[in-house]
Amino acid sequence: MLANAGKAAGVDVKVNTVDHNTFQENINNYLQGKPDDVFTWFAGYRMQFFAEKGLIGDVSDVWQNITGMSDALKTASTGADGKQYFVPLTNYPWAVFYRKSVFAEKGYQVPKTLDEFKTLGTQMKKDGLVPIAFADKDGWPAFGTFDILNMRINGYQFHLDLMAGKEAWTDPKVKTVFDTWQGLLPLHQEGSLGRTWQEAAQSLQKKEAGTYLLGMFVGQQFPTEEQADLDFFPFPEIDSNIGADALDAPIDGFLMAKKPRNEAGAKKLLAALAKPAAEQDYVTSDPTVIAVSSEADTSKYSTLQLKGVELVKNAKSIAQFLDRDTRPDFSSTVMIPSIQAWIKSPGDVDSILKDIESQKKTIFASQ
Amino acid sequence: MTDLPTVPVGAPTESGAPGLRARRPARPRRSRAHRLSRTDKAVLTVMVAVPTALVVGLVWLPAIATVILSFSNWDGIGGLGTIHWIGFENYQNVVTNYPPFKPAIEHNVIWLAVMFLLATPLGMFLAVLLDRQLRASAFYQASFFLPVVLSLALLGFIWQLIYSSDQGLLNNVLGTKVDWYGDPSVNLWAVLVAASWRHTGYIMLLYLAGLKAVDPSLREAAQMDGASERRAFFSVVFPVMRPVNVIILVVTVIESLRAFDLVWVINKGRNGLELISALVTNNVVGEASRIGFGSALATIMLVISLVFITIYLATVMREDT
Repeated sequence: MLANAGKAAGVDVKVNTVDHNTFQENINNYLQGKPDDVFTWFAGYRMQFFAEKGLIGDVSDVWQNITGMSDALKTASTGADGKQYFVPLTNYPWAVFYRKSVFAEKGYQVPKTLDEFKTLGTQMKKDGLVPIAFADKDGWPAFGTFDILNMRINGYQFHLDLMAGKEAWTDPKVKTVFDTWQGLLPLHQEGSLGRTWQEAAQSLQKKEAGTYLLGMFVGQQFPTEEQADLDFFPFPEIDSNIGADALDAPIDGFLMAKKPRNEAGAKKLLAALAKPAAEQDYVTSDPTVIAVSSEADTSKYSTLQLKGVELVKNAKSIAQFLDRDTRPDFSSTVMIPSIQAWIKSPGDVDSILKDIESQKKTIFASQ
Repeated sequence: MTDLPTVPVGAPTESGAPGLRARRPARPRRSRAHRLSRTDKAVLTVMVAVPTALVVGLVWLPAIATVILSFSNWDGIGGLGTIHWIGFENYQNVVTNYPPFKPAIEHNVIWLAVMFLLATPLGMFLAVLLDRQLRASAFYQASFFLPVVLSLALLGFIWQLIYSSDQGLLNNVLGTKVDWYGDPSVNLWAVLVAASWRHTGYIMLLYLAGLKAVDPSLREAAQMDGASERRAFFSVVFPVMRPVNVIILVVTVIESLRAFDLVWVINKGRNGLELISALVTNNVVGEASRIGFGSALATIMLVISLVFITIYLATVMREDT
């Protein structure tokens, strides 16, 4: 993809590949040292944070010429100062995945409301399936459930404000989310804190679980011949006033260094990478993501990817997932232990929320 | 240089008192120094200066920087001028506003207790057993020491195969469905078994080396006096192994406070496996970058270690006088 984009931009691209985790963990040092001119990252709070601190370059002029990207994408690429810093490449939706064959065999219908989902779950239990696979050993997968419940119950704006630290975690609205979740816990797979998402996805694949709320990367755990059996539905509606069109769809893309060695070349490369051709090149090698551009050629997409495109296109509000929508120090040092503590003892919700709120106050008050 | 004869540990010197090192009355020191040529002095200086510089630069300075940074609220971005100093607020937050802290301290204490009361005595016991002329002694030593040689990440993997709740050896053999790593009431003990397995081998080797250095004439004397094996060990050998005992104690304490690798590899030190070292890493390393807060946690760890180190040094200094 980079070779083709480089050719299109007329620049010579040298690729520097770093292991994903290492790169993410060392990003602070990387940006303050000698970053490459263009590097991969994700949209969300962290990107805006880097922009505020003056660590990444302004690419608004590249955006002037970008076509095929929705307004939601442009907003996700904009920093707090109204300038664009991010060039999106791919994204993937979070939804409730299931196996078509299992649903057909047992005669299940896709639920449209939470009550229907609960009924379906009870039926699945009677049939010997675990209704909702669940894993939270790594701490972050459970964020998906929290995010979607919060967006369904309290709306997209409240969710974003909560992530930005503008709403209190002790607000009764947040408590409602946890109470609803607690009502669903009997349908969730037990022992989630010792299970990785890969193992939960495998239990979906092995037909031991009926559904699994995860990102589209759940497909990586399915052998190629079974990929066609995988399908999803958006998390059901809870409040009819709010509907069900908000979702988590984290966007991956590119940033430019603050002081690139070759600024003109970097911008040309970014412009080329924003073109559908670049996205198509990338998606060919990773079928669990979809290109962001509406101009991208979807002819080679699997049915699942096509559905994903539809879902994202029709979504009025796209969130980036908790750990990208909020401060990373808050998400990793406070939210992960707190959600795990709640899963262990859901009855302690009041004290857990109180602790989250007091820790949030100290973290958001610091620089 | 003249070869000063050294006497084995514990054996009485001519003056009759047991000691760490015994020297014959030496020639006056000054004349020895005069024998060092200039090259010798230069070499010595370099050999001392380089490690000292490394230790000061890579250990002392960062440690001092950590303590200083613990009074700040810095996120690692921007120059030193962007640091805000906030006094003891980080420490206050660690103690009152950080739910994983109390479990971490408890777990470290439990770790220390288990190592001290179970793993270390077991290692010493194995060393005593292996101190005789057993036929396959080398084999036993190698097999007990093997876990020490393996990296902790590899150990984590091996025990994962044993402890995995769906596919692991233990659950399949016992027929149980215990979530060894995920259930916070058992996972610390599961990890302690793995850690003790390694720690025992380590202690065994240290103690065995010490035992081998004990003068056999002591044991013969005890035997001739009619002491049973057990009595001989506790009344004669053990007291004479005092310096090794102190080392074993210090190693046990340090390894308990430093315990990190296994819990990190399993689940990054969460959900029942909190340890102070894991908390420090969680806060400082990676995107979280709560440098001030993490430094406060690290300083607390340092202070706790200092308590034990001070005791050790006091004991050793007292012995030397």
